[in-house]
Amino acid sequence: MPDKDLPERGSHFYRALFCSTFLISAFTVGGGFVIIPLLKAKYVDEYGWLEDEETLNLVAVAQSMPGVVAVNAAILLGYRMAGIPGALTALFATILPPLITLSVISQAYDFFIQSPLVRLLLKGMQCGATALIVNVAVDLVYKQCKKKLALPLAILVGTFAANFFFGVNLMLLVVIDGILGLLLLCGPEYD
Amino acid sequence: MLWMVLFWEFAKVGLFCVGGGYASMPLIQACVVDDYHWLTLSEFIDVFTISQMTPGPIGINAATFAGMKVAGFPGSVAATLGFASPSFLLCLFVARLFARYGNIGRIRGVLNGLRPAVVALICAAGISFISLSLFGTEQFPLEAAAMKAGFDPKNTLILVLALIAARRKVNVIYILLGSGLFGVALGMMG
Repeated sequence: MPDKDLPERGSHFYRALFCSTFLISAFTVGGGFVIIPLLKAKYVDEYGWLEDEETLNLVAVAQSMPGVVAVNAAILLGYRMAGIPGALTALFATILPPLITLSVISQAYDFFIQSPLVRLLLKGMQCGATALIVNVAVDLVYKQCKKKLALPLAILVGTFAANFFFGVNLMLLVVIDGILGLLLLCGPEYD
Repeated sequence: MLWMVLFWEFAKVGLFCVGGGYASMPLIQACVVDDYHWLTLSEFIDVFTISQMTPGPIGINAATFAGMKVAGFPGSVAATLGFASPSFLLCLFVARLFARYGNIGRIRGVLNGLRPAVVALICAAGISFISLSLFGTEQFPLEAAAMKAGFDPKNTLILVLALIAARRKVNVIYILLGSGLFGVALGMMG
């Protein structure tokens, strides 16, 4: 590994990384911004592989890169945890479940789209995923408020309002917030 | 070699779509419907519906399902890998830069601005999802009448129970699976 600060990881780590990422991708209905909080819940809160701050940093980077946000996030977080092997493990654990699920579904498309049982199952899982995002969001907002820093809090509220109430383009918001950070948040108290 | 064409075309989609799964839909449509006529528009709408309903990242689901419809299983593998490969190379490049230069003051400043933004976006996604789960629509704020008409007490119960489980740090996977099974059980009871 070229980067010195990457920790040594044993086979147990890769198995845990693959399994947890695979299962999250396999059971999470709703795409990128649902999967990311769940990855955070696993990697940061359960396993302690990453810190809160660097996870948010990497998610911000993932958000501003081309491609699927969840895949970008998995690659970046995997790389941060264990270099290229970690990135590859996380990448395949993210894309294999859709590959398997959709291969099966496309064989039984009519059954799938009409089955009330399948609908109930998916709707239930969607509610579960919603609860998990809310949980992660509450934790993150709480931590941000506890820091008692006015400017980052203003960015949080402003970005939320612009995106949620006024439908401002996500990319534009990310660029604006990056510039605001560059101009205003370089001091050590904001790290 | 249809699968090579699929790999290449989806790599282009992966490179040029910025802003997540939904942003990739028009690009995939332009490729598989308008340029190559692999799928009709109505088949493509099926692709979109299935991608949203099934677990996993929406863009990857769409690539897999579209690839499958065009060229069977090899097609779905080619489309998915094609879609993910630009991300992989770009992310590795950025992650490298990050590991080396992430400590410079100006870059830290940018990240200090982006972290609250990510929290804000997760909150916005959370509220849209609450609205979708409880009232069956992503529209917000809802009018009182629409709220009353769409309100689903069963889903509310599942959401509250799942939230309690999440606060008690129950494993994420058990929460998702349990919510799904609970949804089936409640639905069957009528």
